[in-house]
Amino acid sequence: MFDVNGLRCRDRPALTFSLQAGELVCLSGPSGSGKTQLLRALADLDLSEGEVKLGGVSREALPAVQWRRRVAFLPAESRWWAASVGEHFAALDRQQLGCLGLDAEAGNWCIERLSSGEKQRLALLRLLAGRPEVLLLDEPTANLDAANIEKVETLIAQYLQTTAAACLWVSHDRQQRERLGARCLRMTADGGLLP
Amino acid sequence: MTRLSNLDLAIAALLVVLLALSARRVYPGLARQLLIAAARTAIQLTLIGLVLKTLFAHVSLLWVSLLAVLMLAMAGYEVMARQHRRFCGGWGYGIGVVSMFISSFAIALFALVVVVGHDPWYQPQYAIPLLGMLLGNTMSSIALALDRLTQSAWEQRDMIEARLALGQSASEALSGIRQQVFRSGLIPIINAMAAAGVVSLPGMMTGQILAGAAPVEAVKYQIMIMFLITGGAGFGTLAAVHLAVRRLFDERERLRLDRLHR
Repeated sequence: MFDVNGLRCRDRPALTFSLQAGELVCLSGPSGSGKTQLLRALADLDLSEGEVKLGGVSREALPAVQWRRRVAFLPAESRWWAASVGEHFAALDRQQLGCLGLDAEAGNWCIERLSSGEKQRLALLRLLAGRPEVLLLDEPTANLDAANIEKVETLIAQYLQTTAAACLWVSHDRQQRERLGARCLRMTADGGLLP
Repeated sequence: MTRLSNLDLAIAALLVVLLALSARRVYPGLARQLLIAAARTAIQLTLIGLVLKTLFAHVSLLWVSLLAVLMLAMAGYEVMARQHRRFCGGWGYGIGVVSMFISSFAIALFALVVVVGHDPWYQPQYAIPLLGMLLGNTMSSIALALDRLTQSAWEQRDMIEARLALGQSASEALSGIRQQVFRSGLIPIINAMAAAGVVSLPGMMTGQILAGAAPVEAVKYQIMIMFLITGGAGFGTLAAVHLAVRRLFDERERLRLDRLHR
C-alpha cells in the first residue's frame, strides 16, 4: 500500500521497501544512521529523490499538505504553539484520551504544565485525529513508563486494525520490537537497509 | 535662518565622540560602530548637499531619476547589511530592493503628481527629499521585519515543521510568526504617528519652521509625509514579507532554511 522505491536523501544510499495495509513495521539502527531523516523524507519535509507511492498514487501527484495529512510524521519531540491543549485539536476524542490514561478534561490543560510523557501521548492523539493512512512514528514511547508504553502500543494496534493504516515505528528497544511482533527494517551506520 | 559654522558642528560631534569614549571599555564593538556611523553621516550628507546643489541648478528628469536609483540601490544594501540571517544569493538584496521600489517609488510618484502637483512634477526640491524620507522609513521597516522573520523561522523551525507535519499549509504554520513580523515592522511608524506633536516634533516640520515657514503650513506638510511614510513602510513590509515567505518555503511547502546564510 505504501511503496518506497529508490528513495535517496542527500548523499545516503537509495532505499526500497514497502508497507502493507494495516501493517506495523519497526525501524531500528544505530543513532546517526538516518532513521529520522528517512521519516522526514517520507513525509516530504526534506528534499529527497526517488519514488514514494501511497495506494499507487505518487507523492508528486498530491499537494504537499494533503500528502502530509495522509502520511503523518510524529517527531520525537512534540511542539505546541497555542496556550491550551484543546486549541491544537479540531476535536479531542475522549475515548482515545481514556485509552492512554489521560483525563477527559485534558483539552483544557495548559501546555506549560504538561509533563513530557503527557506531551508525547497528546502529540500522538493529535496525529491520529487527522486520520492518517500511514503513521511515521519517531520513538513515540521514549518518555513513557512501562504501563503507558503498553497503552500506546495497544492504541496504535487498534488504530491500524480499524483503519487499515500502515505504520513505520522507530524503536531502539529490542523488547518492544519483540512485543509488537512486527517485521523489522534495520538500518546500517551508512544509512542503507539490511536485507 | 541662523547659519551654522564648522565649529558649531564640531561641538555637536564632540558629543558622539564622548559617548564612544565612555562606551569603549564595556562595548568596544559598539563604540567603533558608533564612530563609523557618525563619520558616514557627515561625509554622506556633505556629498548629498553638493549633489543637491548641482541638481537644483539643473532641473532634469534624467538626473533626478539617476539619483533616485542610486538611493534605492544604497537602501537595498542597507536592508541586506542589517540581516542577521539573510537569504543566499541575489535574494538577500533583491527582496528589499523590489519591495522598496514598488512601495516607495510608487507612493513618491503618486505624491508628486497628485498631491503636491508642482510643475514639473520631478522638481528636485520636492522629489528628492520626499523620496528620501519614504525610502529611509520603508528601509527601516523592511529591515526590521525581514530580520525578525528569518530569525524567528530559524529559532522556531521545529515548531513550524511540526505544524507542516500535521498537514498545515506553510502560511498556517507561519501565522503566529507573521503577525509578530508585521508588528515589528510597523511599530516604529505607529509610535511615531502616535507621539507626533505631543512628545516629538517630527524632523521635516521642525526643519521648515527653522527655515521660517508658517507653523500651520509646516504641519500640513508633515501630516502628509507621515501618511505617505506609513503607506510606504506598510506596503513595503507587506511586499517584503510576502516575497520572503515564498522564498522560505518551496513548491512542496517545505521549510527551506538552507536558503539562509548561517
